[in-house]
Amino acid sequence: MRTRESRDILLAMEGITKSFSGVKVLDGVSLQLKKGSVHALVGENGAGKSTLMKILTGMYDDYQGTITLEGKPIRFPDERAALNAGISIVAQELTPIPDLTIAENIFIGREPTTRFKGIISRKKLYEQTRELINKLGLAYDPHTKMRELSVAETQMVEIIKAISRDSRLIVMDEPTSALTEAETHYLFGQIEQLRDQGIAIVFISHKFDEIFRICDEVTVLRDGKFIGSQPIGELDQDKIVTMMVGRQISDIYPPLLPPGDPVVFEANGLTRAGEFKDVSFRIRKGEIVGVSGIMGAGRTEVARAIFGLDRLDAGEIKLAGEKLKIRTPRDAIRKGIAMVSEDRKQLGLVLVRSIKDNIALPNMDRFARGWVIKRGKLREEAKQISAKLSVKASSLDIEAGNLSGGNQQKVVLAKWLVRSLKLLILDEPTRGIDVGAKTEIYRLIRDLASEGLPILMISSELPEVIGMSHRVLVMAEGRIQGELPREQATQENIMQLIVAAAKEH
Amino acid sequence: MSATVTAEKEAGRDRRTDWKLLYRKYGIVLIFFAIIIISALLNSNFLEPQNLMNIVRQNAVIAILACAQTILIVSGMIDLSAGFVLALAGCLACGVMVNTGSVSAALFTGIAVGGLCGWLNGFLITRFSLQPFIATLAMANVANGITQVYTGGSAISGIKELKYVGQGMVGPIPLPIIIMLFIVLLTWFIMKHTKFGLYIYAIGGNEKATIASGVHVNRTKRLIFLLSGLFVGLAGVVLMARLNSGQPSVGVGKEFDAITAAVVGGTSFNGGIGNVFGTLVGALIVGMINNILNLMNVSTQYQLIIKGLLIAGAVIIDIRTKSAKS
Repeated sequence: MRTRESRDILLAMEGITKSFSGVKVLDGVSLQLKKGSVHALVGENGAGKSTLMKILTGMYDDYQGTITLEGKPIRFPDERAALNAGISIVAQELTPIPDLTIAENIFIGREPTTRFKGIISRKKLYEQTRELINKLGLAYDPHTKMRELSVAETQMVEIIKAISRDSRLIVMDEPTSALTEAETHYLFGQIEQLRDQGIAIVFISHKFDEIFRICDEVTVLRDGKFIGSQPIGELDQDKIVTMMVGRQISDIYPPLLPPGDPVVFEANGLTRAGEFKDVSFRIRKGEIVGVSGIMGAGRTEVARAIFGLDRLDAGEIKLAGEKLKIRTPRDAIRKGIAMVSEDRKQLGLVLVRSIKDNIALPNMDRFARGWVIKRGKLREEAKQISAKLSVKASSLDIEAGNLSGGNQQKVVLAKWLVRSLKLLILDEPTRGIDVGAKTEIYRLIRDLASEGLPILMISSELPEVIGMSHRVLVMAEGRIQGELPREQATQENIMQLIVAAAKEH
Repeated sequence: MSATVTAEKEAGRDRRTDWKLLYRKYGIVLIFFAIIIISALLNSNFLEPQNLMNIVRQNAVIAILACAQTILIVSGMIDLSAGFVLALAGCLACGVMVNTGSVSAALFTGIAVGGLCGWLNGFLITRFSLQPFIATLAMANVANGITQVYTGGSAISGIKELKYVGQGMVGPIPLPIIIMLFIVLLTWFIMKHTKFGLYIYAIGGNEKATIASGVHVNRTKRLIFLLSGLFVGLAGVVLMARLNSGQPSVGVGKEFDAITAAVVGGTSFNGGIGNVFGTLVGALIVGMINNILNLMNVSTQYQLIIKGLLIAGAVIIDIRTKSAKS
């Protein structure tokens, strides 16, 4: 289909090595991208994909190794240099300027000018944008403000922007994570067009069906190392997974002990207008209850309300037989409830402060006499809990922001686990974490449950919910659509409940 | 301090990071000594003990104000009213002194007025979700207005013994320096060793995460403003005592001198980073620069320009060294 001669290679990265604060996140990684080819870059979170792409697009320039573009060695000092060389990225987290129009966003920083340099020609700006949009067969109005667009549309604008720069190489970082099936289909049509024009595309995705639908080649990274690169025809899903994970899936999830009998936590008719309605469930002693569903199903919102971050409009919460009135996280924490948020950086950690300070923050009732911090006790217990959770850091005085995702998550867990908890809420506990740390966190969750702690675990990863729950609640459209005991919790059954809910509406 | 020692021992295992850490941590101190050396070379009088003592004495008030701003900036806030509140507190203290003849009543009044204004700032910010910038801007105008009404725009003289607060000596050391050191140490202790201090850093670093950790963030913010207000009030009394009278317009721009000291001393406007010793060093750097320019007979107009450039330079160097990661 496609020839494999070296002149077809647009860009080659060889022996790329990159460290953060002494920790190697990339170790001798290679990547060869051909013209007119879609190249899947896969690996667990934390495998080094993003870092590799940041090097490719000029965001990091302190790396070892070489990059050659059409046979010539090249080194991008910054993102602009990479853009000028024809390398664009459509980031996973989009950063449009909401109050500017589509056209202004596309041409930001290089607006067409009138005869007078420095004066923007709005006529040219909108004409050129319209041409671009038409070329891709789209129907957007260039005057539309970005804030009025859906995520998918915003993504398309990013892609238009990449094309408008005459990019030869476009990196798409999980472009479909927020798209519907129809939008994905449409995006793939666009990708095929780009491929036919000879543009090379790096496609980062966790979704295997998409990789097999659109990609020509696959490169797998694991723990910062290059594992292999093969044409898609020589691979199947199992092969890729084995390359990614480096072990069998069955080794990842530890066996669970059966839960205890007494119901510890009870939620009855929890309702918050516009977010969730009439949500009721129970958790037994030592039981892990998984909550599955798609984004926007109201799962995180329920967790936030139980933890006091948002107010409930109706419903009641009982913990160990006591009816709770929770108005703030402080109330929840005092009653022994802890929540590990899906958004570590926003709600979990103070990134500019040390590991020790982060562990100290919610626990001043334990680590202070009056107002004065008991430094010795804090240091001792922080050390113990960090050792127990095997937080990897040269010192507890290191800023939390300098840690890897997995270690950050362990610090979040550590700050709660120095307390005696009665309920632990985990929202996407392994998001953005490498597979090694994942396994450790699963073991920890299992151990906590074995010690009798009831756990509510929200997760969008089906294998995780299925592998780690005694019972799975399926949420959609703000309601619990069904409940599956461990034996019946399969991907098919969960998806069926979700789809059934969508059909009702 | 034992905690810091252990930390450095731990970091010391890796020789390379050790140096970088040192550089990042103490870059401002290097700049401090560099300025001392350059100043000494430029003018032989600079290193005279009397001159050095003068520098510290003249900047004691700014250093106290800068302690207040440090707490605020570290927690992600700012106080633009400090200069006018300082004038209000100082003038009211002088008024009380003239009327009652009691130094303690005057001191108490000054500090209490500062504290009240600070608390009001905090109240506006937490109760009505005002930006600190806006709330303290409003307070600045109100405080200035009250000061002008109270004093009728002219100085309050005849403050008798109150002047010792600003002019007295403890042995060879001027009292303002003692007060300044006390406030610096108090601020250091609060920020380093109390839960309130931990919350100050945490709120500035990530307010949402601090709320989600069960901290009464609003209450803490009010306390922060109350404490900083008390410092401002004290600074006002010390300043007026040094000037021998209640001067209604002497506070103008002092908040910016204080913010400058804090920022030169490495306090980050992004919040969560900074410490009071850096601020003290920052205040002294600004003071030394003023001093050497005076010694060299540079006219005030040019002093302003040079000071501005040096401040920008110092902060750029500081940022550079801090962002020089691995």
